[in-house]
Amino acid sequence: MTTMTMGKALNAGLRQAMLDDEKVVLMGEDIGTLGGVFRITDGLKDEFGAKRVIDTPLAESGIVGTAVGLAFRGYRPVVEIQFDGFIYPAFDQIVSQVAKLHYRTQGRVKMPITIRVPWAGGIGAAEHHSESPEAYFVHTAGLRVIAVSDPQDAYRCLRQAIASDDPVLFFEPKRLYHHKGEVDLEAPLADAPPMGLARVVRQGADATIITYGAMVSTALDAAAAAEDEGVSLEVIDLRSISPVDYETVSASVRRTGRVVVAHEASREAGVAAEVIASITEYCFEYLEAAPVRVTGHDIPYPPAKLEKFHLPDLDRILDAVDRVLDRPHSLSGADAKGDQR
Amino acid sequence: MSPHTSPIVDTQNDLELTERILAPDGTRVPNPQLDRWIADIDFQTMRELHRDMVVLRRIDSEGVALQRQGQLGLWAPCNGQEAAQIGTGRALAPRDFVFPSYRETGVMYTRGAEPGDYVRMWRGEDGAAYDPSRLNIAPLQIIIGAQTLHAVGYGMGILHDGADEVAVTYFGDGATSQGDVNEAMIFASSYRAPVVFVCQNNHWAISEPVGLQSQYPLAGRAPGFGIPSLRVDGNDVLACMAAMRWALDHTRSGKGPAYLEAVTYRMGPHTTADDPKRYRDDAELAQWRERDPITRLEAYLRAAGELTDEHLVSVQKAADDVAREMRAACIGMQTRPALAVFDRVYAEPHSGLQRQRDDYAAYLASFEEA
Ligand SMILES: Cc1ncc(C[n+]2csc(CCOP(=O)(O)OP(=O)(O)O)c2C)c(N)n1
Repeated sequence: MTTMTMGKALNAGLRQAMLDDEKVVLMGEDIGTLGGVFRITDGLKDEFGAKRVIDTPLAESGIVGTAVGLAFRGYRPVVEIQFDGFIYPAFDQIVSQVAKLHYRTQGRVKMPITIRVPWAGGIGAAEHHSESPEAYFVHTAGLRVIAVSDPQDAYRCLRQAIASDDPVLFFEPKRLYHHKGEVDLEAPLADAPPMGLARVVRQGADATIITYGAMVSTALDAAAAAEDEGVSLEVIDLRSISPVDYETVSASVRRTGRVVVAHEASREAGVAAEVIASITEYCFEYLEAAPVRVTGHDIPYPPAKLEKFHLPDLDRILDAVDRVLDRPHSLSGADAKGDQR
Repeated sequence: MSPHTSPIVDTQNDLELTERILAPDGTRVPNPQLDRWIADIDFQTMRELHRDMVVLRRIDSEGVALQRQGQLGLWAPCNGQEAAQIGTGRALAPRDFVFPSYRETGVMYTRGAEPGDYVRMWRGEDGAAYDPSRLNIAPLQIIIGAQTLHAVGYGMGILHDGADEVAVTYFGDGATSQGDVNEAMIFASSYRAPVVFVCQNNHWAISEPVGLQSQYPLAGRAPGFGIPSLRVDGNDVLACMAAMRWALDHTRSGKGPAYLEAVTYRMGPHTTADDPKRYRDDAELAQWRERDPITRLEAYLRAAGELTDEHLVSVQKAADDVAREMRAACIGMQTRPALAVFDRVYAEPHSGLQRQRDDYAAYLASFEEA
């Protein structure tokens, strides 16, 4: 075990993937000499050369579109999109090409492309640097969508994503890049749980909080605070948001009967909506209360000074927990008002 | 405000192209730039090029007929573009890899497509019409321009592998307005990727004339990216072949990408769903009919005493045979069973999709029990 930041763990994961398979090539803006704006690819160009760590022109559709061509030739490109808000120019290549080619060709053409996205908010960034676009990709068949939440997971899941024959959108919470944790660099990949499995990061009995990415630590903070009030919360890190591991989720919900789903992304037609709809289908008879979403608002990502009002925090999660536990909460009495509308 | 559309590159000018080997009436014109690239082409080979174009036109008309008869959902005719497609396609080596648009029936033909390959996608049986590795052609691309980037990425892979291969991409004049095509030229130029860009300027992007896409000849853009280009008469199969040989040679010898603009004309509708009468006049079409690529080569071969009526009859018969096989393959296609809609969405198992598949299988099974 080694203690390292998530950024370093990702760097180690890329390096190991490149050592494991010479078909792995990295592509992106500023990833070579600079090592990426977050230094995730630091040192890799020196080690593997400019043919495998490819600094690209400043064109996102171009980066992903050429990765498609490389995949046609048997390469496994790992693309870095510099920031979440800059993935949109590549949207067509991702959803119309990367996602569909395996299906269109009945499996004859594989697209083992990993698209790494420094992701989401909480770092006081400029406009377009804090977005949570994951729902767009979850909605697209043919893609896998992964969000990591700690250094160990980041190291392991990134290698799994690169090794996967499917295209993977790989979301890396920027606000965790400098968070440290224990990483086992030696553990064989084959022994690791599959990339699609959710994990129970804290066990509890009264309600289940389902989340992913940087919100996992917020949810853990909420669970610790709730414990002081005598409430026992289970916290599930989805890890994979396409596919969602409903076995793990349902097992928890069947025990607790109460669900809060939390994410930074906006609410409407988001991941929480999907997860709750599925829980309602699979475990309706076990539910003791209507599940509750805690999400970003349906607004453009606000300016840095206002982002704290947008991002779900510990208190908003606890308020939602109160709702599913039928305890007094911010909307108590609101139902009556609602009836009059 | 409506865009300014009066074209500098107008149809009149395009009829007076200089980069050609055969004039529209079939007379041989010397071309210092192109001649050397077809010095080895004898009459026998020219007769083969002629046959290819006749067969292609027949495949195309059969595609239209099959669509009209309800056998195909749609068809994108290439009538008029035979020389551009056969001339460039025949210049390729089998190991080269093509990234086409949806209109490249002739390029498919030059790479040995089987009769069913032309129609499988248009009939709606399959997303990709053929096995890409069998023909060395990527699936037909509907998203305008997207395939040009794939060709460049493939070319970057060729470079990386140190292979003696070229990636080729075909696209239309409308496609040149897309960001992807411009990004592809930037990437190709920056990495000196072995890619040949073939723009078939057929003058129309559905109803939009080429003048709306560009006020300047399209081949003129490539040098701005550092890519040498040639603008050739796309209805002259010899010129197209010569230009393509030049482009391939340039690229194969490590000098990076090359670009061709084959100036041609789409004589039919954009697709079987289109009505060109709404946007273009008969006079323009008539003018281009006089530049028909097939009659041009015929005129040349006849004048040289290298074409007999008997030969023409046998060529027509060969074309009819291919069309018959294509029709039979089309009508004989078996639609895959219902659960096949779930096949191969992912390379590895996906629990969410597996659940949907199981549910749908149970639903379908419920009919059998009832
Ligand atoms: C990205 C995109 N936008 C619009 C369309 C609809 N569309 C299909 S073909 C076409 C015109 C293309 O013209 P051009 O590139 O000149 O090729 P041509 O069809 O003439 O061969 C359009 C607008 C599309 N397929 N893809």
